[in-house]
Amino acid sequence: MKIPLSAIAHTRSGDKGDTSNIGVIAWKPEHYGTILREVTPARVKAFFGEQVQGEIERFELPNLGAINLLLHGALGGGGTVSLRVDAQGKTYGASLLGMEIEID
Amino acid sequence: MIRIANGQGFWGDWLEAPVRLVDEGPIDFLVLDYLAEVTMSILQKQKEENPSLGYARDFPPLIGRLATRLRERHIKVVANAGGVNPVACARAVLAAAPGLKVAVVHGDDVFHRIDEFLGKGYEMRDMDTAEPISSIRPRILSANAYIGAFPLAEALDTGADVVIAGRSTDTALTLAPMVHRFGWQADEWDKLAAGTIAGHIIECGAQCTGGNCQVDWETIPDMANIGYPIIEAEADGSFTVTKHGKAGGRVHSDVVKEQLLYELGDPHRYMTPDCTADFTSIQLSDTAPDRVRVTGIRGGPRPPTLKLSISYTNGWKAIGTLVYSWPQALEKARAADRVVRQRLEALGLRFEEIHTEYFGYNACAGPAAPPNPDPPEIQLRIGVRGQDRKTIDRFTRELIPLVLNGPPGATGVGEGRPPVREIVAYWSALIPREEIETQVEVVK
Repeated sequence: MKIPLSAIAHTRSGDKGDTSNIGVIAWKPEHYGTILREVTPARVKAFFGEQVQGEIERFELPNLGAINLLLHGALGGGGTVSLRVDAQGKTYGASLLGMEIEID
Repeated sequence: MIRIANGQGFWGDWLEAPVRLVDEGPIDFLVLDYLAEVTMSILQKQKEENPSLGYARDFPPLIGRLATRLRERHIKVVANAGGVNPVACARAVLAAAPGLKVAVVHGDDVFHRIDEFLGKGYEMRDMDTAEPISSIRPRILSANAYIGAFPLAEALDTGADVVIAGRSTDTALTLAPMVHRFGWQADEWDKLAAGTIAGHIIECGAQCTGGNCQVDWETIPDMANIGYPIIEAEADGSFTVTKHGKAGGRVHSDVVKEQLLYELGDPHRYMTPDCTADFTSIQLSDTAPDRVRVTGIRGGPRPPTLKLSISYTNGWKAIGTLVYSWPQALEKARAADRVVRQRLEALGLRFEEIHTEYFGYNACAGPAAPPNPDPPEIQLRIGVRGQDRKTIDRFTRELIPLVLNGPPGATGVGEGRPPVREIVAYWSALIPREEIETQVEVVK
């Protein structure tokens, strides 16, 4: 069954230069495994398409039921250089909640 | 136990927050974070024009407003409000609040030492692009080393009521009172990491008490009176995140998790001048309403280098907008974008980047935006940047004519031509920590 990521996770995102990070946090511990399986760098890269020019890294924080995604080259140069309305990646986390994931 | 409150997450944050933290309940230390990456360059320019400026000008009047209460209740203030001129900031504080003891921390400002560093063979390569700093040397506006908690704790050790730093890390502001009060040593990494993570949790003010929070955001109590965060720190490194009882907002482990992840890189190695903190060791528990207990934090040695925060000029930019209305709002906006680009091309203007967004359609999310096939209105937003100011200025004249000579239904030009802004960009590099010597001065 396909559901949006928002059904099992919440997020917060921000910036470091031209890299945006998205923290993805499971609402319940039993959802963490699904997040690990479904929210892969490849899937996130495909979801954001041309918005993200560089690679995507993923780190795991099992103690918080969370993953941290680093989206490199995602902010049009970042900070004061960027011409984007969301130059600091504040909304990437909310956007990711719309990604469809598969659950059992 | 000591109570450390954060009343300012950035310069421009809510002016009432620090006053309410002092008025609405017990705190021992009030910490205020004023500096973002590009703030230093603005302050450097102000200092060049007037040698008595170059600091966060909101800070002295705030201390003036709070002075009596700070003195009566023995509340100490730690702030990186000094910018590039902490002594001038201290004098302004003393003028606004006579009788308070004010200490400053020097040594972070290395603007006049760049050539000395280059002479020693430090290339100061950008941490993102690996370019050597020589490529931007003439365009540097400011340069500061991020300093840690120990110099700030040393300033608190003088008995100062107010400690003013320049470019300290945000987390050091919170860790410093713990080092000062608990006597933590430089190799007690687990404790230093705990204090650092406490600092990370509260450094963005209300972002850990219900601000910008997705967790049941519709039901967060009394957001208009949101409480700013308080750390109740223990000498063993454990701590509780909370807020004053009568204040609005919500402190819960789900809320704190969002802030822990905010602007995080590698969670195993969160590097500061004081230690390396491991975010995968953090244990959270909800012990009571609006109280989150944090334990188990592990840390490692501090790095042999300090990070430099350098700002430099990098050309000019302008961003112009027009609103297109239904029907076919998106098609009209796209046609207008094509017209603008064709006219810029015909003028022979060259830019480093032309970037178009359709605000209301996909500006934030790009291809990830949910479908919106027939939006009632769209804001066309075109931005350009380049090194030649005249070229950017010429662009700003190309949008308004479209109201009469482009696709139908354009409006929203009330502000006139968009301003041309100089780009002050940010460069980060590493320097051996031995190069940075800090000094504490009690200002009379």
